[in-house]
Amino acid sequence: MTWFTRKEKGIVTPTELKKETPDGLWSQCPECKKVMHSREHKKNEYTCSSCNYHDKIGSKEYFEIIFDNNEFEELDARMSSSDPLVFIDTKKYPERIVATQKKTGLTDAVRSGIGYMNNIQIVVACMDFNFIGGSMGSVVGEKIARAIDKAREKKAPFLMISKTGGARMMEAGYSLMQMAKTSAKLAMLSEDGIPYISLLTDPTTGGVTASYAMLGDFNISEPGALIGFAGPRVIRETIGKDLPEGFQSAEFVLEHGFLDFIVDRKELKERLSDLLTMLNN
Amino acid sequence: MDLDFERPIVELEAKLADMKHIAEENDVDVTDAVKTLEDKIKKLKKDTYQNLTRWQRVQLSRHADRPYTLDYIPAICDKFIELFGDRNVKDDKAMVGGFGEIEGQTFMFIGQQKGRNTKQRQYRNFGMANPEGYRKALRLMKMAEKFNKPIITFIDTPGAYPGLEAEERGQGEAIARNLKEMFMLKVPVICIIIGEGASGGALGIGIGDKVLMLENTWYSVISPESCSSILWRSWDYKEQAAEALKLTAADMLKAGLVDGIIKEPLGGAHVDPVAMANKLKKTILEEVAGLFLISSEQRILNRIEKFSNMGVVTELAFDGTSRL
Ligand SMILES: [Zn+2]
Repeated sequence: MTWFTRKEKGIVTPTELKKETPDGLWSQCPECKKVMHSREHKKNEYTCSSCNYHDKIGSKEYFEIIFDNNEFEELDARMSSSDPLVFIDTKKYPERIVATQKKTGLTDAVRSGIGYMNNIQIVVACMDFNFIGGSMGSVVGEKIARAIDKAREKKAPFLMISKTGGARMMEAGYSLMQMAKTSAKLAMLSEDGIPYISLLTDPTTGGVTASYAMLGDFNISEPGALIGFAGPRVIRETIGKDLPEGFQSAEFVLEHGFLDFIVDRKELKERLSDLLTMLNN
Repeated sequence: MDLDFERPIVELEAKLADMKHIAEENDVDVTDAVKTLEDKIKKLKKDTYQNLTRWQRVQLSRHADRPYTLDYIPAICDKFIELFGDRNVKDDKAMVGGFGEIEGQTFMFIGQQKGRNTKQRQYRNFGMANPEGYRKALRLMKMAEKFNKPIITFIDTPGAYPGLEAEERGQGEAIARNLKEMFMLKVPVICIIIGEGASGGALGIGIGDKVLMLENTWYSVISPESCSSILWRSWDYKEQAAEALKLTAADMLKAGLVDGIIKEPLGGAHVDPVAMANKLKKTILEEVAGLFLISSEQRILNRIEKFSNMGVVTELAFDGTSRL
């Protein structure tokens, strides 16, 4: 069967205004300390030109990398968290949400869109770590669920880019059930024979690893990304020992058989396009 | 073994025993005094157990005498054949399962297993399964499906094991696969939280047509202690964390995240394990009979739809305020 459609016509307008990094700004590699011009850094898809460190980036940058001409239709752009449990820790949950929305310009920890990648129609959902640690609450689960519905409707492949510390505690039981919800939707996507690619980026841990992030037909990652179910601190406290060098790195996870491949971000778009084209030929 | 909030009851019970003993030795009539004290105890018990805080329910869910999976199965079943191994790495002692027979009907039972003394606790890894436990559970579920037997899972875990080997062998992948596969099982699935339902480790055997909680259990994304340590940056706020998480059976039912509550004997399941097991047996038989009336295709659709509806979101108005 054919599950993707070639681009026919028209231009989709991006819903987000691009905020360009002002020229003349410099960025320093956190790994090798090399100083690069921001423009050069961006041209390298935010990887270090010296040591190839893959900088942590968000949905805005990944959409620019994946979608042709950064054109896509954003899905559920205004969906936001509710506070069904009236959760209060050191702060009220709705206050935390509003403050984070103001600070980041994001509505929650995931954004989703449909567009074309090298002329292949594709649905992409991408997590933003700087929104409460990329934590998964009802909005994250629901937006991913609806993105999968869209992929099924359009018979378009689904790409999930994860970057998260795991569950959103302030949504407690609701947060937990998003693992179930997204897995249910992926089971249906799978029944339809539509490809699902899960890209696990630095870091991907917790309940997300134990649900949609590990359910790809293809589970892939970027060099050096931290991937695990339990976080390193919890494991260290449990076993009372230091963890071996490279433990839970993408390379480690690949060697243990849980990743299909690791891809350099500069080759991500071409590799994914090749893969999807091969599936369709 | 009594919990801190049970101490006033225990003290009164001791006083009652003393009174009876003294009366017997000295041959005096204390019928009225005994009656008064018994009424007082009864009232205190009722007041205590009907007004438990969330944290007190968490304590009851972990009570040292509380029945575990391998206490319930033989009590419920006329016959039970335990099955071992994931056919891959090893047999996980924290996850048990096998075919059980109740009144001539065969079921697949699967559940986490805790230990009762230090040695047993270690042997069962405190009820924290490794990836092979989840894979063993899936193997048994697939076998149940093959032979068209309904599946009953008993959930009782402080979490999936956060260890080095667990990561090497793909703890995340093992749980994730179970979630996805359980949605497509053609046989009825009933999941019952009998103790602790901590996070993904619980959910890994928790996708059911019916998800039920015993009255004094908890089910949430994190334990109150861990939640306290992360959000309050101290271990001292477990009571507040338990309140905030709304993790009891009543809370989870109200939120629409579970399908029902099974009442426990006054004081908890451990006070009368036989009565508790009988109640479980009755519930299982009734629920499974109901589920068999529905076609397997429809059951799968219902299961998917139920979990797909979980979550509460809102839409932002364009001025940034939430539009409810
Ligand atoms: Zn560098």
